[in-house]
Amino acid sequence: MKAVWLKEIKDNLRDRRVVLSTLVFGPLFGPVLLVVMLGFAERQTSERLETTLELPVVGAEHAPNLIGYLERQGVVIQPAPDDPEAAIKNETEEVIVRIPESFGQSWTAGHSASVEVLADQSRRYTGTTVRRVRGHLSAYNRTIAQLRLQMRGVDPELTRPINVVTVDLATPEARGGMVLSFLPYFILIMVFVGSMHMATDTTAGERERKSLEPLLINPLPRWQIMAGKLAATTTFGLLTLILGLVAFVVAMGFLPLDNMNMTLNLDFKVAAWVFVMTAPAALFAAALLIILASFAKSYREAQSYMGMVVLVPMLPSLYILINPTKAEQWMTLVPLLSQNVLILELVRGEPINGLWVALCVLSTTLAAGVLAVVAGGLYSRPKLIFTSD
Amino acid sequence: MIDVQGLRKTFDRSKVVAVDEVSFQAKDGEITGLLGPNGAGKTTTLRMLYTLLPPDAGTMSIDGIDPRRDTLGVKRAIGVVPDSRGLYDRLTARENVAYYGQLQGLSRALIDQRVAEFCDVLDMHAFIDRKTEGFSQGQRVKVAIARALIHDPKTVLLDEPTNGLDVMTTRALRQFLLTLKAQGRCVVLSTHIMQEVAALCDHIVIIAKGRVAAQGSARELLQQSGEAGLEDAFVKLIGSDEGLLS
Repeated sequence: MKAVWLKEIKDNLRDRRVVLSTLVFGPLFGPVLLVVMLGFAERQTSERLETTLELPVVGAEHAPNLIGYLERQGVVIQPAPDDPEAAIKNETEEVIVRIPESFGQSWTAGHSASVEVLADQSRRYTGTTVRRVRGHLSAYNRTIAQLRLQMRGVDPELTRPINVVTVDLATPEARGGMVLSFLPYFILIMVFVGSMHMATDTTAGERERKSLEPLLINPLPRWQIMAGKLAATTTFGLLTLILGLVAFVVAMGFLPLDNMNMTLNLDFKVAAWVFVMTAPAALFAAALLIILASFAKSYREAQSYMGMVVLVPMLPSLYILINPTKAEQWMTLVPLLSQNVLILELVRGEPINGLWVALCVLSTTLAAGVLAVVAGGLYSRPKLIFTSD
Repeated sequence: MIDVQGLRKTFDRSKVVAVDEVSFQAKDGEITGLLGPNGAGKTTTLRMLYTLLPPDAGTMSIDGIDPRRDTLGVKRAIGVVPDSRGLYDRLTARENVAYYGQLQGLSRALIDQRVAEFCDVLDMHAFIDRKTEGFSQGQRVKVAIARALIHDPKTVLLDEPTNGLDVMTTRALRQFLLTLKAQGRCVVLSTHIMQEVAALCDHIVIIAKGRVAAQGSARELLQQSGEAGLEDAFVKLIGSDEGLLS
């Protein structure tokens, strides 16, 4: 079994495809994507918040006081295009404010004077700008309302029977956790991607090269041959996992976290815990992939199965996305879901629940063991040995 | 020494009978040839002998070991060059052979010694330390033979060993098989090429449609059929000329 393990490792280390996907792309994909995505998002938001707001206004002359107020807030008022609706539709402008002719009239009469904010809210990038315009307008609204009440000798607080204050108790770590909610998926997918090539090469590849039949004639119980392959595949999965976790920890250093007012709780100590919980998942992934690849006659056929399997680690992430409940004990009993839940708890900076970690490791190991036993029995089927018939 | 009695194997829930009532003996120091057209059941018979297929009925024994009872024992006793001769392309010829040596449980030193011997006997010095990717058929067969015989087995099974080889390599291979015979080993090979059995085999078992059509030495088979040439005898004994063209 050790001979099989050593040989498969040596054999696959010489395959540039395997090395690239397992040891380079696999571990780097997640962290790089994370840094690029978050960095980009952060830059976008801050740019939109900090740049001067240029606001085209239709009918600015109807409300000189409002325009004056906006200008004092630093908004640059611009002449509006001839056809404001069209300008919004074909995205030459993000937001346009229209002040109708009746504004002054309604204002002096003491009615609500309407102001229109034109924007296409289905375009998500306009969100920040629209919010800024609304913010300015409602601030003006409040100021005027208070002034009017005070002029009539009424305490403005009368209009606010209750004062709703939301106290955000989210720690900076927890806020970072929100951003990292897709981290478990990246980590699990890493394990799958890392073992994928190896699983295919050692089973379907062996059949394609027609080397399986001679291999099985060696005086070794078949389950031992399979165990060697499984061990080699798991080794690669674990290697990818370790490299990937290190890459994630290093990548955290490149994130503009202070600007985003959050802390990402992902140092080497947390990474070690993540490794402990995810390591059994590597065996799980290896066994699952090997079972599937064993049924394939060729590399190509196996890879079409692999494409589907990569969706498996996504399922728990999706479940949490659709049904964002708090972590409960039963979840730690479901392989992959348990990793998902517990990794999230970890990066949120919650204290480690020893029982849950133990349950997670145990349940995943158990499931992986069952799959491994199934895989071990596969080569007892003549159908899976002979390529020609 | 191989003894096979009444071997039977069916596929697809007994609908396809691949091998039926096959009995023969292969003695030590002799080359036994299983001759028959494609699909006659030669490969299936060999696969049952080297334990990858369980027979439905019949008994087998190789040097007194029953392949069904002591699978691992038989695997240690035989060396097999099956129809599939896939090598690991990213490993060198030496590593390919050594891997099988390790699976046989041989020591490092013994493996090195045996590989050196095969380099001489099979003339593999030129390519033993090259990766096997891009090897010619002849080079591949040599590697496949070396790794199958790394543990020095008493019994050697070969499935269509000369398939895809050029004339020179075929000659060299036949010479090698005769050496094995001279060493007192029990050699069994399957083939559909008459000249091969005529040139090599002491005992010929003609298999057609899963059954033994006739067996004996070349001379006995000629006598049995009453024909002058082995090819005519073969056609007459299997009862048709199917498969001769392939």
